[in-house]
Amino acid sequence: MTNRAEMTRRDILKSGAAASTVTLAPGVTLMAFGGTAEASSRADAGKRWGLLIDASKCDANCTDCVTACKVENGWGADAEHGHVSADQSPEWIRKVTLKDKSTGREVSAPVMCQHCEEPPCVDVCPTGASMKREDGIVLVDKHICIGCRYCMMACPFKARSFVHEPITDQNVQSPRGKGTVESCNLCAPRIDSGRIPACVEACENAGHSAILFGDLKDPESPISKALKEYDSVALRADLELNPGVRYTNL
Amino acid sequence: MRLVLAFLAVIGFAGGAAADGTGPVVPAATGDPHPEGSDYWRIHHMDMLKHDRDLTMRDGVRDLSPDDLAINASIGECFDCHAVKDEAGDYVTFADDRHFCRVCHDYAAVTVDCFSCHRSTPSNESAVAYRTMAGPEDPSSIEAYLSRVAQEMNE
Amino acid sequence: MAMEQTIYRELKATPGVWQLAALLVAFLAAAGGAWFYMEHHGHVVTGMNNQIVWGLPHVFAIFLIVAASGALNIASIGSVFGQTAYKPMGRFSSLLAITLLVGGLAIVVLDLGRADRLIVAMTTYNFTSIFAWNVLLYNGFIAVVAVYLVMQMMRRLDYKWVKAAGFVAFLWRLALTTGTGSIFGWLVARPGYDAAIMAPMFIIMSFSFGLAIFILVTLTLFKLNDRPFGDQLLIRLGRLLGIFAAAVLYFAIVFHLTNLYATEHGGYERFILLNGGIYTVLFWGVQVVLGGLIPIALVFLNPSRSSTILASILVVIGGFAQVYVIVIGGQAYPLDIFPGYEVIEGFHEGVVNPYTPSIWELMLGLGGVALALFAAGLGAKVLRVLPTNLSDANVAAKG
Repeated sequence: MTNRAEMTRRDILKSGAAASTVTLAPGVTLMAFGGTAEASSRADAGKRWGLLIDASKCDANCTDCVTACKVENGWGADAEHGHVSADQSPEWIRKVTLKDKSTGREVSAPVMCQHCEEPPCVDVCPTGASMKREDGIVLVDKHICIGCRYCMMACPFKARSFVHEPITDQNVQSPRGKGTVESCNLCAPRIDSGRIPACVEACENAGHSAILFGDLKDPESPISKALKEYDSVALRADLELNPGVRYTNL
Repeated sequence: MRLVLAFLAVIGFAGGAAADGTGPVVPAATGDPHPEGSDYWRIHHMDMLKHDRDLTMRDGVRDLSPDDLAINASIGECFDCHAVKDEAGDYVTFADDRHFCRVCHDYAAVTVDCFSCHRSTPSNESAVAYRTMAGPEDPSSIEAYLSRVAQEMNE
Repeated sequence: MAMEQTIYRELKATPGVWQLAALLVAFLAAAGGAWFYMEHHGHVVTGMNNQIVWGLPHVFAIFLIVAASGALNIASIGSVFGQTAYKPMGRFSSLLAITLLVGGLAIVVLDLGRADRLIVAMTTYNFTSIFAWNVLLYNGFIAVVAVYLVMQMMRRLDYKWVKAAGFVAFLWRLALTTGTGSIFGWLVARPGYDAAIMAPMFIIMSFSFGLAIFILVTLTLFKLNDRPFGDQLLIRLGRLLGIFAAAVLYFAIVFHLTNLYATEHGGYERFILLNGGIYTVLFWGVQVVLGGLIPIALVFLNPSRSSTILASILVVIGGFAQVYVIVIGGQAYPLDIFPGYEVIEGFHEGVVNPYTPSIWELMLGLGGVALALFAAGLGAKVLRVLPTNLSDANVAAKG
């Protein structure tokens, strides 16, 4: 059985990663997790997760991605129960229908955190709660979020929400609470356990497959190939934030 | 604060004061005991929680690898064993003063900040699934997904 | 007969002082109640939402923080720029600068989603954030100005030290207001902010708002204790205020003209200048006319005691409106996430975001003002910061 105390202590003392053995008790030696176990589950700097949204495949009347996100992350019920107004209820992902002003063509697509390479929300956060993981996922560390909302001022995509009221019965994988800011985290707990984000799964199950998920750093991944092959756009490309979420046929 | 807790741990628990009603009565847990011993946990639980929290939250380490060296780094797992039920048989949340964490923390008057965001009762089902790495046979795994996409692209 | 030295005395506790103190305490209590209510229920009870994330409390806070650095100007003019007539007011100017800043910061802190985690903001810094720098700038300002104040109060200290401290404080207040302006100036995402001119504009705003508040607070305290404040000195301050108010107008004009020239900002300008409803009214009616043109006309065309007082009041009102237009107006105007497209479905996409402040936000904001004023009054009550006599004869004798 693992001895967490030893591991925690070792890691706190910064001797953990390099050590290969650890003494549990006199005479009892345990192989510690040095390279392999840790590397296999850590957010991988060699990857950058992203989404490619094909607006031509997105059905204007379908909101399955939004529903799946709500179920997975446990948001949205507060507004449905009428506790908070629509203005104050969280919105991790939203559907928009657009009409080209010059041609009149209508398209629909979901908008969520764009997981920028140069995220303004991370730049402006005074405490470092708004952060980008090694694998490119942008998210809020609610442990040190003070609820100043400066990240919401800085986000060009209105991707972030502030929790306006107390919450109970959260999903374990999605802790969220009053007074902190939240947004799409690309289902980081799912990715960490080798699963695709909930919206991607829902879109596929709905038969649209409008959201393509994958590793942008891997030139052989389907998303990289598709980006190379087809014309795609980044929202607010003028800001040069290099978002990890891209749109095609918009 | 840590000293106070350590002091209480010694006075309150080791001294057996709980039995005569002068200390908190810690709700019984299910499952195997912690290998480090309960005394260690009483004193160091916050250090360990904080350590794991930065590991999971900031580094994405969930330690789901199947070998038994894995730390199951999730506060949600605490309530696999440390859950208290009410008269109706439902698990009590942190709002109830019988909650595992509250019994001692109320006694020691130390505020707990975890449950303004975290669930304080045993895990929801989907989260339990995430404790194990998804294999290629799981349709929601990245592996299975990518092979489906590749198939589709070839067609 | 003319006095050789300025004599500083603590404020005497007249019934008027007590009444004013009681009034301010009432506001403080109301703000405390409002904060407790907001903290308990969450921001759901406020008018703020996910579109207008900073509301009325922030308008109060930014106004006070901007005014704080400006209130220090009187002291700076005295000790850094050597204007003798301003020196007797230096101590109170420094004290007021500190208390205004404390009042403003109190609002910001109490409005945080997790005000209980203030210690995190004080211990964990992300240095790419102008907000984190501002935490240091604000705390530093209080420390620097406190040292400056103490030095001014040390009679035996060689004046060169006061001058040096005053110079450091002056530089610091410039950095502080630059930081405050940059909170908005560096937000590239929003068309109403994203402008380098924000920083110098905030500095000039601080000159104007700070001086206006200084004039009003000092006159009130002098009146409560029947201490003389000379007409000529007041008219002189009024003229300075007129110059500052004109400079604020100039910066506002440059800001909007530059925006008008860039087609991409045309929408925002149309919103503020033409069809923004409340924001357009606040801009033209309150900021430009009431808080700009009228006070300038008053102090230059009809220089008098009452003109200066009225101009100060108008500058405060106009300044508040200006901060409201910048902070709220900048958020109310929609982000253009999909250029070239019309959003036919979606939530608050491409439409003006509505905002109705709640009573709680107003109470919290007024509480910050009350805190600043109460602390300034309390400081004047226990410290020798207010001169006994600022009559023209007395000032001239030393000048």
